[in-house]
Amino acid sequence: MPADTSITAPVSIPVPPGRSALTEPTWVRALLIVGALLFLALFLLLPLVAVFAEALRRGFGAYWLALTEPDAVAAIKLTLIVAAVSVPANLLFGVVASWCVAKFDFRGKNLLITLIDLPFSVSPVISGLIYVLLFGMNGFFGSYLRDMGVQIIFAVPGLVLATIFVTFPFVARELIPLMQEQGSDEEEAALVLGASGWQTFWRVTIPNIKWGLLYGVLLCNARAMGEFGAVSVVSGHVRGETNTMPLHVEILYNEYNFVAAFAVASLLAMLALVTLVVKTALEWRFGDELAASRH
Amino acid sequence: MVAAADSDGALAGKGGAVTVRAPVPLFRKPSVLPGFGLTLGFTLSYLGFIVLVPLAALIFRSSGLGWSGFWSAVTTPRVLAAFEVSFGLSFAAALTNAIFGFLVAWVLVRYDFPGKRLVDALVDLPFALPTAVAGIALSALYAPNGWLGKPLNELFGMKVAFTPLGIAIALTFIGLPFVVRTVQPILQDLPAEEEEAAASLGASRFQTFRSVILPAILPALVTGFALSFARGVGEYGSVIFIAGNMPGLTEILPLLIVIKLEQYDYAGAAAVGTAMLGVSFVMLLILNLLQQWMRSRHAR
Repeated sequence: MPADTSITAPVSIPVPPGRSALTEPTWVRALLIVGALLFLALFLLLPLVAVFAEALRRGFGAYWLALTEPDAVAAIKLTLIVAAVSVPANLLFGVVASWCVAKFDFRGKNLLITLIDLPFSVSPVISGLIYVLLFGMNGFFGSYLRDMGVQIIFAVPGLVLATIFVTFPFVARELIPLMQEQGSDEEEAALVLGASGWQTFWRVTIPNIKWGLLYGVLLCNARAMGEFGAVSVVSGHVRGETNTMPLHVEILYNEYNFVAAFAVASLLAMLALVTLVVKTALEWRFGDELAASRH
Repeated sequence: MVAAADSDGALAGKGGAVTVRAPVPLFRKPSVLPGFGLTLGFTLSYLGFIVLVPLAALIFRSSGLGWSGFWSAVTTPRVLAAFEVSFGLSFAAALTNAIFGFLVAWVLVRYDFPGKRLVDALVDLPFALPTAVAGIALSALYAPNGWLGKPLNELFGMKVAFTPLGIAIALTFIGLPFVVRTVQPILQDLPAEEEEAAASLGASRFQTFRSVILPAILPALVTGFALSFARGVGEYGSVIFIAGNMPGLTEILPLLIVIKLEQYDYAGAAAVGTAMLGVSFVMLLILNLLQQWMRSRHAR
């Protein structure tokens, strides 16, 4: 029938591949993909590769020597100590703060959340500066501390304080949205069935938030070990005493000891890579139990 | 609990005076869960000791200079030049990131290619890589004898390290994930129906992009831009190695604060820090308003 063919004719016109109305022509897609990948390779991948290439420039022997030299070992130890104090401190704070914010409704809650996020919007240098203003020699408590014989700035306590400040929001920021979304029905049920507050927390809340908790601690730790600006202001740069790994990298680099600088830097880069791998694994495996991967 | 009662009383008083107000709710809704007083008390004291008191010290210290002292401390030619360097180059870097970050987010959401998940994970590298490591790596790459610095210099006569361009590159590195990670989820959730409707009404793919996709993405793009910009202004570790740090030319604000501290000019350092926080705050406020305006324009 002539009438029939006139109706079906437009439908049977073959659409060239890649010319769908909802996507771009193949050559545009290829161009955009190549452009994005080139940009990422140039800006992200190349610096990462450069760290390892420069570190191994003089061979593995020089690399190993740079890492086992006493000042480097002291810097590695100090970094671990600072992280070992500041990460648990912020872990405790994060859990307590998110219990308070997520399980109760009270006035000023949004203000509290904003204040918890505040350290993220402060320059690292200012994060160090504020503690120098408080505890430094000419600071508010400077003369008092000197009389007491306590040193905070240019010593380990200052490094810990500055690190706690810059990593302050990590755990709380991951847990608050997660616990808000989970609500408190399960906790209420446990309490009604006769569990104590502690039992409820350990047996109901913690199992629910454990992956989110790990995620927050992971990011917190990466920042704590890698922080540079804030600790640089409060450290005083005493070799072997108040130098964390990033500060040690700076000193070596400024002394034109590039192989050693990049050797220590490569340890930090490996930490970053491990962090990325674990983070990605957590997102793939437990994406539905993490707040961060949902928004 | 004392604090709760206090604030209830104060608020009830206000409510009574205005009379338009609905019945004043309690300071907090009742709950069977324990630990409100304990957790709120701990949260507020920890927040106070670590964040609020030290930040107050910064404001207090710079207010000790008096208004004229503060003004003359932050308007010396060197400080003004550092303001220009920090804010100008952060702006340029954030703009670069808005363009390329959008491209990366688009490619990751819309297209399939081998290794996509790996690339997606790599985008977070600047969050995870310590800034000092990024700093020396970029500096080594773009130095006159570096992998990229040498060809750029020989082929185009371009100098990157120790120039403002080098600073912009470091700030681009640092800010990229902010744009990608804010645009990506919005792009992911964009309903396909709108694009289908545009296409069925005869719009070309480019028209659909310009009048359907872009307006929906723009607020997220501006947020990403703002985050990247704010991060750039405060950034220290990745910049100082590649910057060259010449006063007036490639000296950034955070470095100037460090220099003032090393000279024991605490008040001067506090003044520059306060001014920096103030200017960042005003710019973020403007960007927020701009974003709200775009949202309301886009909402139908």
